[in-house]
Amino acid sequence: MLRSRIIPCLLLHQGGLVKTRQFKEPRYVGDPLNAVKIFNEKEVDELMLVDLDATNEGYEPRMPLLRNLATESRMPLCYGGGVSSAEQASRIVATGFEKVSVSAAALDRPILIKEMSEAIGAQSVVVTIDVKANRLFAGYTIYTHNGHRKHKQPLIDFCQQAVSLGAGEIVINSIDRDGTMVGYDLALASQVRGAIDTPMTMLGGAGSIEHMQALIDAVGTVGAAAGSFFVFKGPYRAVLINYARPTRLTR
Amino acid sequence: MIAIVDYGSGNVAAISDIFKRLKLPHTVTRDHGELRVAERYILPGVGAFDATMRTLRGSGLVDLLNDEVHGKGKRILGICVGMQILGDASDEGDLPGLGWIPGHICRIEAAAIPERLKLPHMGWNAVRLETPSSLFEGVDLNRGFYFLHSYHFNAVDPASVIATVQYGREIACAVARGTVSGLQFHPEKSHGNGLAVFRNFATL
Repeated sequence: MLRSRIIPCLLLHQGGLVKTRQFKEPRYVGDPLNAVKIFNEKEVDELMLVDLDATNEGYEPRMPLLRNLATESRMPLCYGGGVSSAEQASRIVATGFEKVSVSAAALDRPILIKEMSEAIGAQSVVVTIDVKANRLFAGYTIYTHNGHRKHKQPLIDFCQQAVSLGAGEIVINSIDRDGTMVGYDLALASQVRGAIDTPMTMLGGAGSIEHMQALIDAVGTVGAAAGSFFVFKGPYRAVLINYARPTRLTR
Repeated sequence: MIAIVDYGSGNVAAISDIFKRLKLPHTVTRDHGELRVAERYILPGVGAFDATMRTLRGSGLVDLLNDEVHGKGKRILGICVGMQILGDASDEGDLPGLGWIPGHICRIEAAAIPERLKLPHMGWNAVRLETPSSLFEGVDLNRGFYFLHSYHFNAVDPASVIATVQYGREIACAVARGTVSGLQFHPEKSHGNGLAVFRNFATL
């Protein structure tokens, strides 16, 4: 049976790896190539790499770094950050990434999802959506540019549009839970799960194996991604790259 | 010497890295001379069926591979879309495949998939051997392999299916006919099981 995917998510910032809290306070946690080597040894299910600076500073994906990471990796890889064309996506796949994620560019120009899907196949197109829970009204608001730019399009509406245009996976990243290690937003997960027919991955809030188990129990086979959980150890958040899976990976 | 056919599609770097780790002689090439002297071939492939076929035809390597594989009986292993193009045609495109293993590439039927299993088939899944195969020697079948696809190989001759995976129903994930074999999953991204498959292919 198809098992849930337990996915470390690594953030690239100024040449190193960082971990943020609610998209703020980036803290240096190590070297990207070294992290890939460690995760190889731990035989992880999948790895997600996100360049935090690319969209904000307006630069292209750093191909030499991506090539080094892909050559080193013996796990499936997903890259996100600054991708705005099908041509870039094709180049990233050609360096050895299985999946390419888009966010800001797809919200500005949704047809990009279709263009990427035609170029690299729907199975390789990931749409990552950063969301914040609304304070006054129920529901969630979509953000891009590391939480700085707010979008009007309703979350579920955009999820469904992305899937109909050819997205092969939707990654939902909770800004509120980022780095907090208090558990996934299960209501958010259930809402999106009920609305789309593609694989879904949740990111933001995982702080223990129990949190991952709770997500699987709530929505079934799923991608459970985490940053802090795989790079910090103990109450003082000492940097230690580690990996573990829940016992039940299906519901 | 194993040649990883570098025709412009697929993850040649990761496959080459695996052979490096296994310390097995290999080359990544599209050079006719080098391909002629190789003993066996890896045919990678990612993306859409038609785009992959067009790239392969455009590389001018189809006749050479046909000659080496069918004329001289050398072994070839197709991976992912490199496996699908071994068939006759695909639901995903209009171009004919290589037709080396009779079969049609069909879209996985969403209706046959139980609640909460979605398309594409993405992630780690167990496999089942349908017939003894030295390609799978030393493989932990329950741990299985990494899959990432929405189409599957529907072989004309059931005897060409060597392994299946359960997704809604059983679908072929490894096919073989004579010296031609294909794998739907990504052995280059499947840790120890992937290493075992490549090692087995090199020593078949």
